[in-house]
Amino acid sequence: MKVELRGITKRFPGVIANRNVDLTLIEGEVHTLLGENGAGKSTLMNVLFGLYSATEGEILIDDSPVNFDGPNDAIAAGIGMVHQHFMLVPVFTVTENVMLGVEPTGPLGVLDRDQARKRLLDLSTKYGLEVDPDAYVEDLPVGVQQRVEILKALYRDADLLILDEPTAVLTPQETRDLFEVIKTLKASGRAIVFISHKLKEVLTISDRITVLRRGEVVGQTTPAESDEHALATMMVGREVSFEVEKTPAAPAKAMLEVNKLSVLDDRGQLAVSDVSLDVRAGEIVAIAGVQGNGQTELVEAITGMRKLAGGTVRLDGKDVTGQGPADMFHHGAAHVPEDRQKHGMVGAFPIKDNLVLNSYDEKPFASGIKVERAAVTENAQRLVKDFDIRTPSIDVHIGNLSGGNQQKAIVAREFSQAEVLLIAAQPTRGLDVGSIQYIHEQIVRKRDEGCAVLIVSSELDEVMSLGDRIAVMYRGQILDVVDRADATRDKIGLLMAGSRQKDATA
Amino acid sequence: MNDPQNPKAKEPPSTDVPVEEAVAERARAAGVATQGLDWRNVILVPTLALLAGLFVGALVMVFSDPDTLRSWASLGRNPGKALSDSWTLVYEAYSALFKGSLGSPRAISETIVSATPLIFAGLAVALAFKAGLFNIGAEGQLLVGAMTSVYAGFTFDFLPGPVHVTAALIAGFLGGALWGFIPGFLKARTGAHEVIVTIMLNYIGLLFVNFLLKSEIFIRSGRTDPITKPVAESAKLPPLLGAEYRVNAGFLVALAVAGAIWWLLFRSTVGFRFRTVGTNPNAALYAGMSVGGTYILAMVLSGGLAGLAGASQLLGVQYSVFPGFSSGYGFDAIALALLGRTHPGGVVMAALLFGVLRSGATGMQAATSIPVDIIVVIQALVIVFMAAPELVRQIFRIRADKQAEQDTLSASWAT
Ligand SMILES: Nc1ncnc2c1ncn2[C@@H]1O[C@H](COP(=O)(O)OP(=O)(O)OP(=O)(O)O)[C@@H](O)[C@H]1O
Ligand SMILES: [Mg+2]
Repeated sequence: MKVELRGITKRFPGVIANRNVDLTLIEGEVHTLLGENGAGKSTLMNVLFGLYSATEGEILIDDSPVNFDGPNDAIAAGIGMVHQHFMLVPVFTVTENVMLGVEPTGPLGVLDRDQARKRLLDLSTKYGLEVDPDAYVEDLPVGVQQRVEILKALYRDADLLILDEPTAVLTPQETRDLFEVIKTLKASGRAIVFISHKLKEVLTISDRITVLRRGEVVGQTTPAESDEHALATMMVGREVSFEVEKTPAAPAKAMLEVNKLSVLDDRGQLAVSDVSLDVRAGEIVAIAGVQGNGQTELVEAITGMRKLAGGTVRLDGKDVTGQGPADMFHHGAAHVPEDRQKHGMVGAFPIKDNLVLNSYDEKPFASGIKVERAAVTENAQRLVKDFDIRTPSIDVHIGNLSGGNQQKAIVAREFSQAEVLLIAAQPTRGLDVGSIQYIHEQIVRKRDEGCAVLIVSSELDEVMSLGDRIAVMYRGQILDVVDRADATRDKIGLLMAGSRQKDATA
Repeated sequence: MNDPQNPKAKEPPSTDVPVEEAVAERARAAGVATQGLDWRNVILVPTLALLAGLFVGALVMVFSDPDTLRSWASLGRNPGKALSDSWTLVYEAYSALFKGSLGSPRAISETIVSATPLIFAGLAVALAFKAGLFNIGAEGQLLVGAMTSVYAGFTFDFLPGPVHVTAALIAGFLGGALWGFIPGFLKARTGAHEVIVTIMLNYIGLLFVNFLLKSEIFIRSGRTDPITKPVAESAKLPPLLGAEYRVNAGFLVALAVAGAIWWLLFRSTVGFRFRTVGTNPNAALYAGMSVGGTYILAMVLSGGLAGLAGASQLLGVQYSVFPGFSSGYGFDAIALALLGRTHPGGVVMAALLFGVLRSGATGMQAATSIPVDIIVVIQALVIVFMAAPELVRQIFRIRADKQAEQDTLSASWAT
């Protein structure tokens, strides 16, 4: 199968998301789309998948033009897509999700689950996509949910599979598994489109790389002819440094003191047990760890979003144990949440409103119960400029921004409000290299202004380049806190895998 | 391989094309995106839904009228007659509808009188909806509000006119608010679903009011049938066009309240909180908003508005409460809040439309023997067409961008 995009242009009100893009996808090839946040990668793929209709241009499959009126047409033509944000029904089982829309039926239109289940299992063994067909999707970790999405596409006989930032939410092991799957799919003669901001991955998995900048194709290359720096330069249009410049920390008094904290997860299991941790003003403490080891619950407990099962939290010397997010905010703590779509924003609100989501009732944004719209607008204009949020206007719904720009908006809001403590969970998830660099600089700046900074990241590189001290979490406990000077990638990597050097009993 | 040079880019990374290029288009983009309301969704689709509803309503009339059906039965002999009979029937029905609702000062007055409680009740449903709550209980809240209002209306007769009306209106608001507080509180505290609780409270409210109607405090002296004492002269909403017409100041109050609710929703911190909780309760939690508190406040205000519907009907039109006091305003309110896209402006327009249908229906029945019930059918049809904008687009071949569609859906009850 060969799919050709010719001269695709897609306009939204105020934005040209794609401009005259040509792209050829052929079977047995992994074709990577690379580009800054908002470069138009997702839009281009949504055009190919029939979700948007192109303003101009045409799509050819095996040299004959096609016209997609919706995803169903694209699926019928053999195109499958796994979106940046999954589209599964949480309360359905894996089988039900996979067969949804193409349900096999027996006599009298009765659902034939067994048939679907069998087909699913066949596919799953064939491509090494291990999954329990009877599990409920809401109970599955993201990595497995993603497998379900891929199975869904395969179940519909996709010859071309689009994976939009599939690795952003995966653990390193899950990423390796995914790459195995991609290789099998490639070998079976499928074409793959891969989107990622992680250049190392791109160099590992791609056969061909197309770089988009501001909606236009600016170049094409292969891993053999390229390296991380060249790719970054091509994407951003300037030199990007991967190093974070920072002076040694000058820590002052402890701003955040967490003592013997225990937290339950949503299912009532102990997710964090007996964690103690200090973050001092003027230092960055980075919590490393493979996702799902209690980091999420720890942060939610500290920021007041989740109840504590035990322990105390002190902020700037005051006991804030059990206080809610609003109290924490009033004490000068800011929080970039891990799940931006779920917690960090209201997709159907304009950007300017999202930028005051937790300060909307404070001066200068409100007097009494009246919203001071001029102040809200002024704040938004400033933050959009300072944090380089790419948007045609501050009145656009934040849900219409590219994933990376949504993140930038949230970061902008929280960083501008942090006074005493800044907590950022996965602050650069889904961001392009240029934006990562910018946000890292801002984090260091916050530290140098005297803020206590707590970062949670599953990216080892990020932890290593930002942390003044690195705490490693494993199965709900902090295994060790290492000074940056004593930390090596190997040492942290080992701790992340759960091996504690000093006493082996966890 | 392409080697891009762009030495001018410095920190922070520059934003040029396409953003810069798009400056001219910004205003337009803003207009489109602000509240997801572009003219197509707000005006065109409802209008076409109305037309489609009237058209299908016409078919129903034709096929439910025995005489016209007979001429269709003899279609073979006289095809022209079937068509012309149908046309006459529909034409007469709709022109009677029009005359009965807008054709004379009295008709217009009646239309507004029907619309007034609908505005209040529609606002009640819309406001709750903005906070993510389905208030099915406007009917019960309306009745309770009418009772508290009538009590204030015949008790506080020592108050001077304007003060007394105001007090009676406030009493109506408080009664409804109390009836709204219950489901709000239960939802916040125990998670009890407001739909079920409000439905049940409709029954409780209705039966409670029927019980009160026969009680010493309320029953009119010298009467054994359940009817309350009339409100004092000073508690009556003054007529707007003289005693001859029933249209009264309640309508102006309704418009003012609609304006106030719009302000509350879109210009105040309270509305910001309502809308955040209504669209993304997780984000509300993250932002430190009290989700439970918001549910309670929204239901209290919503109930209060429904109470005002009862009070306005009482103080402007009926002057006392009796069984059958509300002819289903609280239920129509749910439909018209949907029709008005849960926006206060839309609610006012939808209420006026329902007012037209309601008051025109009487004229229609008198003139053409077509039963009033057909109006209920038309109302229902309009709502069906409204609820399925895609259907209307298909019928009228309006091209919509996929995104605009999503906005429509997310702004409607589908979320
Ligand atoms: N539905 C929409 N309405 C208006 N503008 C949109 C819409 N979808 C995307 N855009 C705009 O189009 C541009 C390209 O967005 P797109 O999501 O394709 O970027 P992306 O390359 O996938 O970025 P990221 O890496 O951050 O996911 C952005 O400026 C975005 O704001
Ligand atoms: Mg994207």
